[in-house]
Amino acid sequence: MTEQTSTSTASLRAGADPDEAYLVVDDLTVTFPTEDGPLTAVSDLSYSVELGKTLGIVGESGSGKSVSSMAVLGLHDTKSAKISGSIRIGGTEVVGLSEARMRKLRGNQVAMIFQDALAALHPFYKIGGQLAEAYLVHHPNASKRDARRKAVEMLDRVGIPQPDRRVDDFPHQFSGGMRQRAMIAMGLINDPSLLIADEPTTALDVTVQAQILDLLQDLQREFNSAVIIITHDLGVIAEMADDVLVMYAGRCVEYGPGKEILTHPEMPYTWGLLSSVPDVTADTNARLIPIPGNPPSLLSPPSGCQFHPRCLHRDKVPGDLCRTELPALLPGSRGAGHVKRCHLANPDEVYRAEVLPEIAPELVEEN
Amino acid sequence: MSDLNLDKFEDRPATAEVSETPTDRREQISFADLAAKGHKPATLDVNAKPVLSVDNLKMYFPVKSSGLLRRTVGYVQAVDGISFQVPSGGSLGLVGESGCGKSTTGRLITRLYTPTAGTMKFGDIQEDIAHMSPRKLKPLRRNVQMIFQDPYTSLNPRHTVGAIVGAPLSVHNVVPKNKILPRVQELLEVVGLNPEHYNRYPNEFSGGQRQRIGIARALTLNPKLLVADEPVSALDVSIQAQVINLLQDLQREFDIAFLFIAHDLAVVRHFCPEVAVMYLGKIVEIADRETIYGRAHHPYTQALLSAVPDVKQAAIGGRRERIRLEGDVPSPINPPSGCRFRTRCSLAQEICAKVEPPLLQIGPRHKVACHFAGELGHHPQTPVTKELLGVDDQGSPVPGSTPTPVELGPTWSDRWFDVKSKTMVSA
Repeated sequence: MTEQTSTSTASLRAGADPDEAYLVVDDLTVTFPTEDGPLTAVSDLSYSVELGKTLGIVGESGSGKSVSSMAVLGLHDTKSAKISGSIRIGGTEVVGLSEARMRKLRGNQVAMIFQDALAALHPFYKIGGQLAEAYLVHHPNASKRDARRKAVEMLDRVGIPQPDRRVDDFPHQFSGGMRQRAMIAMGLINDPSLLIADEPTTALDVTVQAQILDLLQDLQREFNSAVIIITHDLGVIAEMADDVLVMYAGRCVEYGPGKEILTHPEMPYTWGLLSSVPDVTADTNARLIPIPGNPPSLLSPPSGCQFHPRCLHRDKVPGDLCRTELPALLPGSRGAGHVKRCHLANPDEVYRAEVLPEIAPELVEEN
Repeated sequence: MSDLNLDKFEDRPATAEVSETPTDRREQISFADLAAKGHKPATLDVNAKPVLSVDNLKMYFPVKSSGLLRRTVGYVQAVDGISFQVPSGGSLGLVGESGCGKSTTGRLITRLYTPTAGTMKFGDIQEDIAHMSPRKLKPLRRNVQMIFQDPYTSLNPRHTVGAIVGAPLSVHNVVPKNKILPRVQELLEVVGLNPEHYNRYPNEFSGGQRQRIGIARALTLNPKLLVADEPVSALDVSIQAQVINLLQDLQREFDIAFLFIAHDLAVVRHFCPEVAVMYLGKIVEIADRETIYGRAHHPYTQALLSAVPDVKQAAIGGRRERIRLEGDVPSPINPPSGCRFRTRCSLAQEICAKVEPPLLQIGPRHKVACHFAGELGHHPQTPVTKELLGVDDQGSPVPGSTPTPVELGPTWSDRWFDVKSKTMVSA
């Protein structure tokens, strides 16, 4: 642990590797002790996000998407959660970082937007006060008046009407969309280089969702920050993300450029996600094909490929490979940038021949 | 009573069966098998008789002043004069933003609220249930059941599944006490749960399984109409499709009509051949699926549809051009005059503030409430409704002109107002 901290300090002083992406997560594993034994919520997860880019993380509840991003912010209790691997933010190693130094980073260089804005904002304090607090913590020399001015400025920036009056409102006086804007304002008040948005629009109406996504994109362009969007809505991913990471049972099962993953998916779980969600513009002959079964318990995950009990294509793999051996995260036939965890030898062909005609008949010709 | 026949269920859809059996016990099913049982969107039967006909339904909730007297100082106009029909065995989708009154509508139809005004004619003899006394209503209640959004709070944690699903049977005295259990087990099997699990508690089930319990409870009394209030929005994506397919199977099997309330436009598109769009307590557009999703005429419907993120956008990259709706929905206590959408509408002119646009039939299966109704990008410059309503472009009444009476009921007519030629045409 001490060794890690010292190397990170060294790398920070040396200005780190200039070619490295802003956020690099390497072999991250998070294990929680429970009464029923250790629960590994995230295993061997690796990804990176560059400044100005957006990574979308997709997966069902319990797939480890929130746990992994909370690890980036150092929000797990280090006394109970066991975190191994490496997380580097702008060259600083975060795993094993002292709480005091983590606090300097959190909310300053890295910020998070939570799903439920009403629960994430304190009901007893005025919006402006909560925003100002976030500013003052990282600007100890600023006066309260400066902080308030900054709060008004941020509320204006995220599109809240009459920000100089609304700054004195309580969270309950804001509508759902405005609360989410206030949360974004709070996240961005210190110009963070990395913003993690955990289901930022799930509780919102489509029209408000569109407003919030527009806002996030404008702000990203303006501040050139790296953004991670965690969601289960593939439509949001398609419109926002440069890179997509699909998680299942705590592991990355497919990772690559967004266009690649959504137009040429190579992992049956990703196919399942695409086929089980209806689409507003789909062909009316498209079928809705659910993924059978339920997500597995992480206390006793299935052997081999964790998706095999629900996989509809495992008979195409010779022998009992899917049940006995965990497939490695390897590049498929479509280049090194697109990695997947699957034993299927020719996933692209299977997708084109079997899956696509059912879920999007109109796309078969084009492909 | 038991018109549920178990024999029919020998070839239950694989989706339901697979989800509950441990993996080792079942045979591997192939993708092609499952795909063949996958579900295409439901289709519209234009000749189906309505099972429910709602006319000018209103629900005003009083707003009380603070203080001792608690005088009524205003009303929340949650539902303000809506008319629609649900065809027997079909489904009508109700979409809109939160606070537009879609859930209130569902609760009115199940008579959890008594409406302020309007009629709701139900069943073969089209009895009006809007103001029926509780005693007369009780035998009818079994025909209208509800599926709730949140499977975690809508099941009593202290009751077993058997007690939850069997409760409607004992309340309505439809079967003797000793026959309740077999019927409950039958129902559990119908929704794809293990019938042996009747004595378990809700907390022993996953979210998708709990929603199935809620569906079994709603099916207990063989309803003719199910009000499904956001039945899948609390479930995981991979489970949503399982539940939607189950509902579609049940609809086909038992000829149940659905009023499907949801904010997810894609799910509604898949499940409902007919869709009504609500805004601030009013229906602004109602039409068959192809019309709503293909050539909507109301600017609000167009904005809603353009706001939905699309997976296919990945192939193109970047974000779709969309109509930006500014601000929030106005308060239903003091809604805008005239057209309620005008405060956020890009087409709004003077007439919109003065005259409320009627919900006008403009196609064989298409009604819209807008002075400037037209396809996206082809909205007319002058109000299409002015001759019909006897007003000028600004909405002031033209002296000497007589407004044409407009049919505003829930039914579909053979004659409709063509927005292009601005005349009445027939089929």
